[in-house]
Amino acid sequence: MSAILHVQNLVKNYGDFKAVKGVSFDIEEGEIFSLLGPNGAGKTTTISMLSTLYTPTSGDATIGGHSITKDPMGVRGIIGVVPQDLALYEDLTARENLIFWGQMYNLSGKSLTTRVDEVLEQIGLTDKAKDRVKTYSGGMKRRVNIGVGLLHKPRLLFMDEPTVGIDPQSRRAILDTVKDLSKQGMTLLYTTHYMEEAEELSNRVGIFDHGEMIAIGTQKELTQQVGEAETLILHVGENDDSEALAKTLKDIQGVQQATAVDHEVSIVCAEAEDVLAAVVTKANDRGIKIRSIDIREPNLEAVFLHLTGRALRD
Amino acid sequence: MLKTFLIGIKDVRLAFRDRAALILMLAAPFVLTVGLGLVTGRFSSNTSSGVSDIPVIIVNLDNDQLGNALADVFNSADLADLLEPTSGSDPEAARKSIDEDKAAAVVIIPEGFTKSIIPQQSDFANGNVVAADPVKIEVYANPSRSTGAGIVKAIVDEFLSRVEEARVSETTSIEQLIFSGRITPQQALATGSAASQGIQTTSPASTLAVKINSSTANGDAVKFDALAYIAPAMALMFLMYTVSYGGRSILAERAQGTLPRLLVSPTNTAQILGGKVFGIFLTGTIQMLILIGASSLFFQLKWGDPLGVIVLVLAAVFGATGWGMVITALARTPSQVASVGTAIMLIFGIMGGSFINLEQMPSFVQTFSKITPNAWALDGFTTLGLGGTLTDLSAPIIALLSMGSILFLVSVVLFGKKNLVQK
Ligand SMILES: Nc1ncnc2c1ncn2[C@@H]1O[C@H](COP(=O)(O)OP(=O)(O)O)[C@@H](O)[C@H]1O
Ligand SMILES: [Mg+2]
Repeated sequence: MSAILHVQNLVKNYGDFKAVKGVSFDIEEGEIFSLLGPNGAGKTTTISMLSTLYTPTSGDATIGGHSITKDPMGVRGIIGVVPQDLALYEDLTARENLIFWGQMYNLSGKSLTTRVDEVLEQIGLTDKAKDRVKTYSGGMKRRVNIGVGLLHKPRLLFMDEPTVGIDPQSRRAILDTVKDLSKQGMTLLYTTHYMEEAEELSNRVGIFDHGEMIAIGTQKELTQQVGEAETLILHVGENDDSEALAKTLKDIQGVQQATAVDHEVSIVCAEAEDVLAAVVTKANDRGIKIRSIDIREPNLEAVFLHLTGRALRD
Repeated sequence: MLKTFLIGIKDVRLAFRDRAALILMLAAPFVLTVGLGLVTGRFSSNTSSGVSDIPVIIVNLDNDQLGNALADVFNSADLADLLEPTSGSDPEAARKSIDEDKAAAVVIIPEGFTKSIIPQQSDFANGNVVAADPVKIEVYANPSRSTGAGIVKAIVDEFLSRVEEARVSETTSIEQLIFSGRITPQQALATGSAASQGIQTTSPASTLAVKINSSTANGDAVKFDALAYIAPAMALMFLMYTVSYGGRSILAERAQGTLPRLLVSPTNTAQILGGKVFGIFLTGTIQMLILIGASSLFFQLKWGDPLGVIVLVLAAVFGATGWGMVITALARTPSQVASVGTAIMLIFGIMGGSFINLEQMPSFVQTFSKITPNAWALDGFTTLGLGGTLTDLSAPIIALLSMGSILFLVSVVLFGKKNLVQK
């Protein structure tokens, strides 16, 4: 396998603020690579540089051999971009949008119309193609937004948080589309702050935080990094002070991390059974009622927690 | 090139799908035209005129039949509303008052004018009738009052063409011609080629001479219609809305993410901005043509020489588009473009003569008006309405094209410093 994308020391500063602090990684032809990180980690900034929208402060990347700084036009022809925020003409119909964007990607004539029909089919909007985009639901708009990125059959497709803020059904449809595209041989760079999406879709994951790639590898490689840790999740009452509980739980021997998000306390430990009794006792001591307990095998959430001391969604 | 065109077409489509834009581009100017037309009485009486009380100085050195007849035309009751004639005796003094902007035009009827035209007995004897060399009437026009001056020239021209018609055909004696009322003020106020003489007619080459003007000679006379001023004035005012709407769409596309999306497609910045400009230009042109078509259809308004109208529309939209681009390049947000655009639309509308004829405004306003596309284009449309043709439009067209070009250069410089990617 060869790398379609090769990133070297990419840096982006907004004035004094360092949004991306020297990131390097490769993406292999044919894989789905996820950039997983919380809001503000620098995912969109990274994708914006790779798609030639922003000029990097320093560093470079090549896509299919074209440098993003020296040959942006060469890059643009082989990449597709699905931006995080919808970028469509709401007063045009889905079909008109696709036709227009297809033309911007140098498609024309019969091949354009056939391709537009294919994409409409793929995003499941053939029936609604003649309605203006502004009449669509959020999920339908997201699908058109994706469709635009697919028109010219890019070799590498950037998808920036394509499932944010939509209903579960549309989300499912989008995840399935992503898998289909991968099966058809497209390489994908997918960003998300949903651990489950990264787990379900990706061959490899890059964990992003504060403008840095803090870990990279397959899910298995990453969970091994955190030392086979498991996560114990306590669901506590609405009025209970989960933060304070998390603090005291850290003192228990065998607990590596303990964090609270809303009414959930996540406890990272090598072996859940070893700490369970102590955890329940501590909770009882503080008068906190445990509603339920889950034990999770090592996952990316745990990896993130382990690496940063914070939960992914906060 | 193709992508520039496609982006422009897309923008036209979007503009004509935006109900708010349609109201301001088409409905508002149309309704205002009707409203102002009602105020000026255009729809109740056919004789009223958009311009009135044009100050004109008649210097009649001829004091013979024809000279007196022409002076009578200017002083006739039928033209009392339109003209404000005074008579003078000294051509130099009269020219001076034009230079001081006290009148729209001076008509100098030289000594011997009648004699040079009405055949003398001796001429008949010599069979020398046609060879007689007519003495020329001079119309000294005020360039800053081209509408008024154009009307004066049209009257003189019409008069002369009637005289010439009679002289050549020799079917009617001149006296009969005048006293039978064949030369009436009504006929005189025709769309002749008078306004076509350009702004300065005082040089010998362009001094009016007796000549036949086919369009006026066959009696195809049209009154100067108040709407011929109001309709283009309103269309031009709301053309300024359209160009700022178009400019605003550049910043709106930046905010809604479609501009960044275009920038990551294999389309370069010049094609994209070119496409946006082309879209503004095309939208403005279509708007103007629809308004012109509608007023021709519903009010039987005659805009004049079609070729002249089209070229003038293109030049006017070009000049206005330049303003739209500069406003956009200076603004930060779409709503800034909208508010600045509206302000400029109103200021240019007033200063450019959309509500009050510029000739009735103080001279500093007239000077200021030269930076507005409205004033130049309105000047051109008036010329056309008075029967002028494309060849008479060089001044407004050159002015509008230069205005557009300069403003484009300015906007390119300003856009170069602008971040198209982010707000
Ligand atoms: N144009 C900008 N100017 C200044 N700061 C910015 C700009 N765009 C993003 N940032 C900041 O850079 C950081 C990374 O943002 P972003 O790349 O959007 O993160 P993500 O996509 O991972 O949520 C954030 O702290 C954000 O506030
Ligand atoms: Mg983002």
